[in-house]
Amino acid sequence: MGILAVENLKLSLGGRQILNDVSIDFWDGHVHAVVGPNGAGKSTLAATIIGLSGYADIEGDILFEGQSIRELSIDERARKGITLGWQEPARFEGLPIRTFINASANGDKVDAMAILEQVGLDPDDYGNRAVDKTLSGGERKKVELASILAMKPKVALLDEPDSGIDIESIERIFDAVKLLKEQGTTVILITHSLAVLNQAEHAFLMCHGKVVDKGSVARIRHYFEDKCIPCDHKNVPELYNIEGQA
Amino acid sequence: MSQELTVINDLYSRTGTDPHELDDPDVAHLVINENHVLGMHAVPGLDVDAKELDDGVKVVVNLRSGTIVKKPVHLCFGMTPDRGVQRIIMDVTIESGAHISLLAHCVFPVAVDVQHIMDARLRVGENASYKYFEKHVHSPAGGVKVYPKALVEVGPGARFETEFELIEGRVGLIDIDYEATCQANSLLDMNARISGRADDYIKISETANLVGEYAKGVLTSKIAVRDNAKAEVYNKLTASAPFARGHVDCKEIVQDNGVATAVPVVDVHDPRAHITHEAAIGSVDNKQLETLMARGLSEDDAVETIINGLLSRS
Ligand SMILES: Nc1ncnc2c1ncn2[C@@H]1O[C@H](COP(=O)(O)OP(=O)(O)O)[C@@H](O)[C@H]1O
Ligand SMILES: [Mg+2]
Repeated sequence: MGILAVENLKLSLGGRQILNDVSIDFWDGHVHAVVGPNGAGKSTLAATIIGLSGYADIEGDILFEGQSIRELSIDERARKGITLGWQEPARFEGLPIRTFINASANGDKVDAMAILEQVGLDPDDYGNRAVDKTLSGGERKKVELASILAMKPKVALLDEPDSGIDIESIERIFDAVKLLKEQGTTVILITHSLAVLNQAEHAFLMCHGKVVDKGSVARIRHYFEDKCIPCDHKNVPELYNIEGQA
Repeated sequence: MSQELTVINDLYSRTGTDPHELDDPDVAHLVINENHVLGMHAVPGLDVDAKELDDGVKVVVNLRSGTIVKKPVHLCFGMTPDRGVQRIIMDVTIESGAHISLLAHCVFPVAVDVQHIMDARLRVGENASYKYFEKHVHSPAGGVKVYPKALVEVGPGARFETEFELIEGRVGLIDIDYEATCQANSLLDMNARISGRADDYIKISETANLVGEYAKGVLTSKIAVRDNAKAEVYNKLTASAPFARGHVDCKEIVQDNGVATAVPVVDVHDPRAHITHEAAIGSVDNKQLETLMARGLSEDDAVETIINGLLSRS
């Protein structure tokens, strides 16, 4: 069994079944991708794994290092070593970026300035700025990644890590993913982008709240390129808003 | 070392400020403990007179026209004993074209039953500027009552900026009462950051009357109330001249059994003036909380981190 596994996970929100019997086993130390079109349930899966409020009423189980974590709070899960990088990260009025990064290290001494550099933010410009509204979406995503590098988690779920990131700095984001892997973190990239999928070693394809295929990136990429996702719900073409395609 | 110096060093050591800054001949200062003047130093163009009264200290400050005071003036108002009343009457005149910045520390480190009463009148002359930062360090016991009162006249083209910080130690009770009148083209910026716990009581009442054309005023309050603390913020901006602009902003974080009230009043008497207000009161934002918890912080530590950020000096 892998470091993290979800087993027969079901979740309904607003009377609709959003996760429909999802089972995934994430092997330790790999970079995984969970891909699928908008609305497939990828962010919901990530929220359920970390245990956000409103995502607790599940059927099935979530196992971390072989033990159920479904009854644990977010911070208990995080202290076991799981974290989430939000698709749209929160903004904090007045909280200096450096403080945010240091707080994420949970008592470990980290070099916040060096970490900022690793995600492509000039520490002199950004260290004392606040994690607030004045940051662009892309800058905020980089700060989120920096805080995860500082935390050194065992498992990092990164929801759409490239969203809002300009083409020039996308490689820095991918470098940071490699760095996480080198640190020993199991990375789970939640994405609908081909460029991000290409960073993974292994992928799961989700559609309509289900995992419909898994395997090598080459295998899953094939579905993306053919815009053909084999699942039992009726495909709606507008759903396939997939980046990175001609 | 003289006894005065020992007390001064003791007070400053609580504030995170190096007392040796006072040795710099370019740094004017005034140190008052209880109702006694322990130290005073002026710089050219700045006249400071402090007279001990039976029940307080009267301080008269005059900055002569055109004088630019290069380094911030240090004021320290301390109460080293655990009980007593400190009453300071301030009369400040900043003459036209003069500029000054002040850093005031109010230190009541062991207070069990201490009152600090500040009664200030300030006149900031034409095109002059006055920048004032007041930082309070209170005892953890909550036995402090602070009554800062100020009547301010901001002259044409003048700038008046104050910042009030009370986040170290328990508030006890604070009752801020400021009123300002602002002439044409002047700028007023009043900002308070206060953190309350236990049964602390915080009341802020700030009024700015923008009576001159193009006068600008901003009143900002950022407050946290935890446990059974209470906060009431009554901030009022009135504009009676063309093109006066202003904003009243109040953010209050309420945790536990805290209670917060915000009553922003905006009063516009000229159709060409424009005033806005914003009040946000509530618990800490859930997404902020969950983000920090997803990094491993306990809920309490996450709340602390969010509040410290909001209340930090920007
Ligand atoms: N709180 C909610 N209540 C009802 N429906 C929701 C809620 N959150 C998400 N959904 C729905 O669940 C589906 C999956 O959403 P999401 O997990 O965000 O998809 P993805 O991340 O794959 O784009 C979408 O149809 C979305 O509208
Ligand atoms: Mg999503």
